[in-house]
Amino acid sequence: MESIIQGKAYVLGKNIDTDQIIPAEHLVYSLSDPEEVKLYGKYALSGVPPAEGGLPKGNIPFIRDGSFSSEFTIIVAGPNFGCGSSREHAPFALQVAGAKAIVAESYARIFFRNCVDGGFVIPYETQEHLNELIETGDELKIDVEKNTIENLTRKVTYNLNPLGDVLSIVEAGGIFSYARQNNLMAQG
Amino acid sequence: MQQTITQKILSRAANRRFVEAGESVWLNVDVLLTHDVCGPPTFDIFKQEFGAGAKVWDPKKIVVLPDHYIFTANEHAHRNIDLLRQFAKEQQLEHYYDVGTERYRGVCHVALAEEGFNLPGTVLFGTDSHTCTSGAFGMFGSGIGNTDAAFILGTGKLWEKVPESMKFTFDGQMPEYLTAKDLILQILGDITTDGATYRAMEFDGEAVYSLPIEERMTLTNMAIEAGGMSGIIAADAITEAYVKARTSAPYEVFQSDLDAKYHSKYRYDVRKLEPVVAQPHSPDNRATVRSVQGTKITKSYIGSCTGGKLTDFVMAARILKGKQVAVTTNIVPATVKVARDLESTQFEGQSLRQIFLDAGCSIALPSCAACLGGPADTVGRSVDNDVVVSTTNRNFPGRMGSKHAGVYLASPLTAAASAITGKLTDPRDFL
Repeated sequence: MESIIQGKAYVLGKNIDTDQIIPAEHLVYSLSDPEEVKLYGKYALSGVPPAEGGLPKGNIPFIRDGSFSSEFTIIVAGPNFGCGSSREHAPFALQVAGAKAIVAESYARIFFRNCVDGGFVIPYETQEHLNELIETGDELKIDVEKNTIENLTRKVTYNLNPLGDVLSIVEAGGIFSYARQNNLMAQG
Repeated sequence: MQQTITQKILSRAANRRFVEAGESVWLNVDVLLTHDVCGPPTFDIFKQEFGAGAKVWDPKKIVVLPDHYIFTANEHAHRNIDLLRQFAKEQQLEHYYDVGTERYRGVCHVALAEEGFNLPGTVLFGTDSHTCTSGAFGMFGSGIGNTDAAFILGTGKLWEKVPESMKFTFDGQMPEYLTAKDLILQILGDITTDGATYRAMEFDGEAVYSLPIEERMTLTNMAIEAGGMSGIIAADAITEAYVKARTSAPYEVFQSDLDAKYHSKYRYDVRKLEPVVAQPHSPDNRATVRSVQGTKITKSYIGSCTGGKLTDFVMAARILKGKQVAVTTNIVPATVKVARDLESTQFEGQSLRQIFLDAGCSIALPSCAACLGGPADTVGRSVDNDVVVSTTNRNFPGRMGSKHAGVYLASPLTAAASAITGKLTDPRDFL
C-alpha cells in the first residue's frame, strides 16, 4: 500500500449508484481478458448524467472520448457512493480507469466490501462535505498514515476517517492476501 | 442476553451463543447463489486463488441461476452462459439451471423460493444485491461481490459485521388498493436510500403477516434500496406451509426476543397509507399517486424479482380485465413457473395470460429483462426520453436503459391503471 496517493480530483454528487459507475449493458465483458478489461476503463462512470459529472461545473467526462483511462485518480463524492447493485465490476472499472482512492461521505455496504476485499480502490470516508469544497481538477494528496487529504491547489487540509477494522485487509491488498497471512483459507 | 432474529441466525452460523451488533464474525454459509453476470468472474477468481484444479467447498450448497441476459443476441452474454455451464460440469454442481433446457427457471430470487432453497434460520449469500429478498422466509440473505463469493466457494465461510436492526411494524388490515410495494416505498421515502446502510430491516405487524409469501418478498427485496444489509420477516404458518410444499430439508424458526435492542422502530397504520410511487431518479423520491396523477407515461413495465411474481400479475389482471392499454405494456414473468401460472390461473373466468393479451400487453419470456436495462436488444429497455411506470425496484439514472429516461417505481395496481390511461393513475380509480 502506498503511503502517499496524489492526483487530480473528479467530483461527483450523492447516491452515485453502480449503474452510473458501470452501466449494466457493459457487464458482459471478461474481467480477466486483458483486451476486454480495457473496456471497463473506457466506460467507467459513463452512466453519470453529463451535467452531474465533474462538479461543480459539470459536463466534464471522467474518460475522454477514445481513451481507456482517466486523468483523474481521486474521486470525491457525497453520501451513499456505490449504492445499487452488487456488481464488483464497479470498483474494478474505477481501478482499470486509473482511480486509486475514493473520498466520500459514506458508502453502500456491498460496494465498500468490494473495494476492500477485492483490493481495487481505497474507500475513504470523511465527515466533511468535501464534494462542495473541492473542484474537479484540483490536485489532491492523501497521506495514508496521517489520514489526511490535502488540496494542493487551494492549500487546505482535511481529515479522513481512519479505515479502522478494514485497514488490515486494505494493507494486505484484499481478502485473499489477508486470509493467507492469517491462515483463514482452510476449507470446512 | 436478548437478541433480534438476525442476531440469533448469525449466532447459529458463527457457532456462538450470542453475537453483538457491530462485531465482525466468520459465518458458515448455507447457500451461495450466483448468476450469469457475476458467476463467470467469481469462478475466475476462485480458480486464480485456490488453483485451476480446486474443488468448491460443497457442490450441493451452490445454486447457479442464469437470469440476467438470456434472450439476447449479444455474444458476450452467450459466452457467460457457456462459462457457467462449463464450471457447473467441472464441479458437478447439481443446482445449475441451464438456459435453453427444461431446467431453466428465470429470475434467481424468485426461483430460489420456488425450488425450496429459502429455509428459515439459514444464511444465504448471493452475488446480487437483491439477495435480501430471501429474508422473507425468516432467514439471513445478503448480496456480495465476486471476490467474497469466490472466498465462499473455496471455504464455505465469510466475515460479516453483525448488523443493528431497524423494526418496521405495519398495523391494521391491508386495504384492497394497497400492496407491499406501497409499504416499502413508504418506508424508503421516510428513511431514504441510505437510511438502513449496514443494518437489518425487520418487518412485522398484522398487515405484514396477512400477506402471502410473494408479497412479503417485495418488502424484503427492496431493503437494499435503503442500503440495508438484509430484510427479514420471521417465519409463520404461511412461510412453513410454502417451504414444506417444496422441500423436506430441515430448518429452524427464530423470533426476535421481546426486549431485543433495535437501532430504531417505525410504526404504520396501513389504513392511513395511500398508493405511492418513487419518482425519478431515486427509490426514496416518494409521492402519492394522487399528487402526480396525470403525468404522461410512454411505457408500463410489470416484471422483475420485485414485481414479476404471480401475486403481482393477479393484481394487474384485476385492473386490466376488459380494458385496453394506451401505452406499450410489457408483462415479464419472473420465472417459467410464473409464466405457466399465468395460463393456469384465472380471474373472473379468464386466464391472466388471456386478460393481458386482450388488453394489448406484450408478454415476454422470463428473465430480468429491462429491469436493469441490459444489452441493446432487451425487451422493454427504455430509450431516449421514455417515461416508464415500473414494478421494478430501482430508478437511478439509466437503470432501465436510457440515461435520459425517467422511471416511476410503482405497485402492479398502479402500473396497470396507468397503462390504461397513459398517465400516472391511482388504482382506486379502477377498483
